[in-house]
Amino acid sequence: MSEDRIPGFDTLAVHAGAQPDPTTGARATPIYQTSSFVFDDADHAASLFGLEAFGNIYTRIGNPTCAVLEERVAALEGGTAALAVASGHAAQHLVFYTIMDPGDEFIAARQLYGGSINQFGQSFKKSDWNVVWADADNIESFEKAVTPRTKAIFVESIANPGGRVTDIAAISQVARRAGVPLIVDNTLASPYLCNPFEHGADIIVHSATKFLGGHGNSIGGVIVDGGTFNWSREGRYPMLSKPNESYGGLIFHETFGNFAFAIACRMVGLRDYGPALSPFNAFLILTGIETLPLRMQKHCENALAISEFLDAHDKVAWVNYAGLPGDRHHNLAEKYCPRGAGAVLTFGLKGGYEAGLQLVSNVYLFSLLANIGDTRSLILHPASTTHRQLTEQQRSAAGAGSDVVRLSVGIEDKEDLIADLEAALESLP
Amino acid sequence: MDHSRYPDSYIHNILLRTKTIAMVGASANRVRPSYFVLKYMLAKGFNVIPVNPGLAGQHLLGQLVIGSLTDITEPVDMVDIFRNSEAADGITDQAIELKAATVWMQLGISNTDAAVRAETAGLDVVMNRCPKIEYARLSGEIAWAGVNSGKLSSQKPKLAGKGFQHLTLRPQRNRKNQG
Ligand SMILES: Cc1ncc(COP(=O)(O)O)c(C=O)c1O
Repeated sequence: MSEDRIPGFDTLAVHAGAQPDPTTGARATPIYQTSSFVFDDADHAASLFGLEAFGNIYTRIGNPTCAVLEERVAALEGGTAALAVASGHAAQHLVFYTIMDPGDEFIAARQLYGGSINQFGQSFKKSDWNVVWADADNIESFEKAVTPRTKAIFVESIANPGGRVTDIAAISQVARRAGVPLIVDNTLASPYLCNPFEHGADIIVHSATKFLGGHGNSIGGVIVDGGTFNWSREGRYPMLSKPNESYGGLIFHETFGNFAFAIACRMVGLRDYGPALSPFNAFLILTGIETLPLRMQKHCENALAISEFLDAHDKVAWVNYAGLPGDRHHNLAEKYCPRGAGAVLTFGLKGGYEAGLQLVSNVYLFSLLANIGDTRSLILHPASTTHRQLTEQQRSAAGAGSDVVRLSVGIEDKEDLIADLEAALESLP
Repeated sequence: MDHSRYPDSYIHNILLRTKTIAMVGASANRVRPSYFVLKYMLAKGFNVIPVNPGLAGQHLLGQLVIGSLTDITEPVDMVDIFRNSEAADGITDQAIELKAATVWMQLGISNTDAAVRAETAGLDVVMNRCPKIEYARLSGEIAWAGVNSGKLSSQKPKLAGKGFQHLTLRPQRNRKNQG
C-alpha cells in the first residue's frame, strides 16, 4: 500500500501482519503446526538463541502463525509489538512477571473480571506481588494507593461484568505522576471500540478468547506493548533495564528500544513459564479478527436494543449498560467508546437471587455458560458461578451482586433475542 | 527531512544503495547492540568497517578494526554512530569530509545541529533508529518477533536465498524462474 496513506481499522483487521507465504504463495495465513524450526547452520542457531537475529526456533517461544496474530493486534491497537499467549490470564501473568519483584505492589481497580480478582488477590501473593485495590469510579482512590513500592496500575477499559467504562485518561495521569506503567485490559471493548494507547495506557492485555476470536472456539491471550514507557529512567524495572544473565548480560531496553517490553515478555517470561499459544488457535483467532469491525457493530446494536427492552420491563429492577443515555457511565462511554458500548450488560431482577437462577434456566437462544464475546448470545448468573469464590462484599463491589444477571449479546436477530428473554421473564413468578 | 517520522521509502533507499558502512563505536562485547548490528549487517551482505581507537588493529567478526574514521582509505557510503549525541557532532563532520552519502545515528542518539550541517552538505541523515531493526522491519523478518512493521502488502516477502529464515530487501534476480 502507498506509504502516505494511513490504513483504516477495517483494512488493518484484514491485512496487518499477513503477507502471502514467501515459499508457497498461500494467501490465507498457513497454520505452521510444528514444534520446531530447522536452523540454516550452527552459527544461525547461535545467533537466534543469542537474540542477534530474528527468526523461529521453537513454538514455545514463537511461531509464524502466532506472529501474524501478534502483528495484527499490535497494529489494531497502535502498539509497537505484541505477544500472543495461551490465554488472557497467561498474558496478565507474563506482564506482571516482567514488571514485578517480590515485595512489590500494584494497584488494580476492584471492578474486574472475577478470575482476575482471584489471580491478583490469591495466586500472585505466592510470588509476593501485592495487589492494592482501588475504585474505578473514584480516581482519588488510585492516587491514595500509590506507595514507593507501586510498580503498575491495572484497569479494564469496559469492566466485566458491570459494563462500566473506566476513565483511562484520568487514571493514566495518576500512573504518570507515580512513574509507573498503566496496564489496560481491553478485552470487553476490543480495539474496534476503544483505543487505550490514545488515552495514556502503556500496555494492553487481551483475552483473545472473547471478541478478537469472537466465535467461542479458542482460548488465547495477547500482550501489546505501547512503546511509551521509559523502563530505564529510575532502574525500577530490572528485567528491562539491567543485564540479563540468561542472555550473557544483554539489556533488553537498550537493545530493543520501544518494543523491549514485548520481547522481554517473550524471551524470558514465555520461555520460562511456557504458556504458548497453539498455532491452530492463532489461526482461528486471526480469522475471527478479519470480521471484528462487522461483528462489533452488530453486537453493539443488539446490546443497545436489548438493554432498552429490559429497562422498560416491569420485572427488571435496573440495567447497567453504558450505551443507555441515562446510564451513569454514558458520558465516559461517549468519550472512550464512541462507536458503541460493547456487548456485555448486566441487569437486576426484582425477584433477586432465586429469580436470577430461574431466568438463566428458562432461555432457549441465550446459552447458559461462562464466557463472553461469542457470535452466540450468552447468559450467566455471576454470583453463583464466575464470582462465586469472592466474598459477598467483593461481589457487589465487582458489580456481581446476588440479583445480577449478565448477558453477552450475540449477533443473531435482535427480535429473536428479545422474544427469548421476554418468554423467560414471563415465566418468573 | 522530518526526523520524527521517516517515510519507509527513505530508509529503504538508504539501505539499498549502501555497500560500505563505517561503524563508529563498534564494541567487542558480544551482548552490546553495536555487536548485534555488526553481525547482522555483515550477514545481510554489507561491508562493515568497525571503528574504535581502543580496538584498532584487532579483528571483530573477521573485520579489521580501524582507529578513526579519518584513517579509512576505501570509500564509505554510510557512517553509523554508536556514540552519544555530543560525540555525534565531530563524527558527523568527519562523515561529511569522507563524502559518505548517509549519517546514521543509533537508537537514543540525535543531534539536530549535526543533522543540519550534514543535510546542507547533501548527505541523508537518520537519527534515533537502528539499521538492523529497520532492515528487519522493511524486509519482514521482524514480524517473526511480533513487532508491528507498520507495513501492509499483498506481495510475497523476498527470500534471501539462504534457507527460509532470511529475507532481503534486494530485488530478486531469477524472478522469471520463480513462477
Ligand atoms: C476482562 C477479562 N480479562 C481476562 C479474562 C481471562 O481470559 P482467559 O479466559 O482467556 O484466560 C477474561 C475472561 O473471562 C475477561 O473477561
